[in-house]
Amino acid sequence: MKRVSTFKIRIPHQLQIALMAIAFGMLIAAVLIVITGNNPFSAYWFLFRGGLMSIKRIGNTLAGATTLILTGLSVAFAFRTGLFNIGAAGQMLFGGFVATALGLTLNLPKAILLPVMMLGAMLGGAFWGFIPGLLKAKFNVHEVVATIMMNFIALWIAYYGIQDTILKDPNQETQSARLPVEASLQVDWLRDITGNSFLNLGLIIAIIFVVIIAIIINKTVLGYQLKAAGYNRFAAEYAGMKVNRNIILSMAIAGALAGLAGFTFYAGFSNHVEIGKLPIQGFDGIAVALLGGSTPVGALFAALFFGILQTGKGFMQSMTGVPPEVGDLIIGFILYGAACQILFERILKYFKRGRNA
Amino acid sequence: MEIIMQIFPYAIAYTVPLLITALGGLFSERSGVVNIGLEGLMVIGSFASALTIRLLEGSMGPAAIWVGLLVAAIAGIAFSMLHAFASVTLSANQIISGTAINAIAAALTIFFARGIIGSGNIQIIQGLIRFDVPILSGIPIIGRMFFQNSYATTWVVLLILGIAYYVLYYTPQGLRLRSCGEHPHAADAAGINVALTRYIGVGLSGAFAALGGAIIIVTYSGQFNGSVAGLGFLALASLIFGQWKPLGILGSTLFFGFATTMANVSQVIPQMQVFPEVLLKTFPYIATLIALVLFSKSSQAPKAVGEPFEQDKR
Repeated sequence: MKRVSTFKIRIPHQLQIALMAIAFGMLIAAVLIVITGNNPFSAYWFLFRGGLMSIKRIGNTLAGATTLILTGLSVAFAFRTGLFNIGAAGQMLFGGFVATALGLTLNLPKAILLPVMMLGAMLGGAFWGFIPGLLKAKFNVHEVVATIMMNFIALWIAYYGIQDTILKDPNQETQSARLPVEASLQVDWLRDITGNSFLNLGLIIAIIFVVIIAIIINKTVLGYQLKAAGYNRFAAEYAGMKVNRNIILSMAIAGALAGLAGFTFYAGFSNHVEIGKLPIQGFDGIAVALLGGSTPVGALFAALFFGILQTGKGFMQSMTGVPPEVGDLIIGFILYGAACQILFERILKYFKRGRNA
Repeated sequence: MEIIMQIFPYAIAYTVPLLITALGGLFSERSGVVNIGLEGLMVIGSFASALTIRLLEGSMGPAAIWVGLLVAAIAGIAFSMLHAFASVTLSANQIISGTAINAIAAALTIFFARGIIGSGNIQIIQGLIRFDVPILSGIPIIGRMFFQNSYATTWVVLLILGIAYYVLYYTPQGLRLRSCGEHPHAADAAGINVALTRYIGVGLSGAFAALGGAIIIVTYSGQFNGSVAGLGFLALASLIFGQWKPLGILGSTLFFGFATTMANVSQVIPQMQVFPEVLLKTFPYIATLIALVLFSKSSQAPKAVGEPFEQDKR
């Protein structure tokens, strides 16, 4: 992203790939829109207008992006250590569950309660990432399988932890009680300047952590060691780095970031925990991280793009009748496009060779 | 004891989709391709069958159910080709591709359900009817446990399991498939088409997982709502806990199916609350983690699973 100033002359390779993935996702979704007898141009026009056309909608886009920034950061951070954190959903849910439990039971002023909840969410998420990290380091259990299992353990612990306790909403079957104002990241001044949107303090937390993680990855010894383990675990070991410790640490940090995502979502966006399902943002975080080239700043921009899709899809539906799942379809095909990255690289190479010849 | 007898048919009904899906995962992984897209493939199957049955049951009656199951399997094969193309032809990261399969399936099916039916839910009027197997259901105890109130799909799935077992271990094709998951270079040197074999493995996983999703619709659920509630991942856990063996997954799916059914039933029958529900529900996943730790030295996982095969790379 450093070379954005030379945008017209040369787009960085990673950005080219990302833009091709987005184009691929939107193209396939457009074909599907045509199949169902609708006009993709008007659908996309309203999709983006729905995400951007007013201060309030921009606020909602940012609020939706907040959680995705953090889950994307979580997945991207683990990627850099060569680990695939598919458990961001469970870490997010468990972190959010811990924060919600604290927010509903502690009676503290907002200025103290929010940091306590934030710490609880980070510790909860970190613990949920720590276990797969430990299993990977000590027993060579693949982190993909371990984090998938942890997802469902979190799902049911949060389910019964809310269902059978005072945390449950007395009037709703499938959710926790609403968090009081003191325990919510929503604040009046942010609501006022964005025309009553869902925008909350979570965005500030997310941006701070983008900076912190960027510094850790690029400027610290720890970041260097983590990347070294990601490139070649055995070489890193041979160079005297404590690879096992770094794997555990990396998963715990990734978990803490996902836990924070849960904090910003359950205590900032929705103000309650819905039980019985894993938060989709945890899985979207994988797409965010891949689209962002596993860099913190890349994840930030990818999350903003997805935020537009998520906020605009309702508007698109009401204006054109196209089902709102188009937003998720685009994200899904971008993810598939990221898997097929090698195809894009071949196409790029083909065009470059063609131009030179 | 009486209560256990009562929940037996429910537990089996819950286990069968799991079993067939895990068996599909087995074919994919034994051929060397990790498939965490089982969940999505099940969703595709449940959608395809619900839609087919909904459209045909007016004119065809009960036969529509079997057409629905067949259409689901075909749709599953077609959809799984996305995963095969990425993982085999493009040597892509199989985890990313599988995650994409899950994401696309969830969105695509509701998208089309809304487009075709006008709602994200598809209900079928009549599912399969339970029946007592003649003669065998008269056997004391066992008859009541296994042969009374059974679904025809249960027997179809058990038949598929038997055939799968035979094909995997007693035919050249099965040996070839397994060799591609253990040592693709050796398989290649022996003249086996590794890419084609892996396509077949993934295709079978698509057919079986979709069948699993469809069986949910025609037996205990009766309606498609865009999700199979994590059963695909539970099947994946069963596959690992069963150590990638057909009889292993038969045992693990029964085990997990019973635990989950007991948790579900204990909300209704107070006598069943021997174990806390949360323990029963998390049990399969915790058990799988423990199994992974215990078997970490002697894992039976296919050796080359998850690794793209590139002929020129040794």
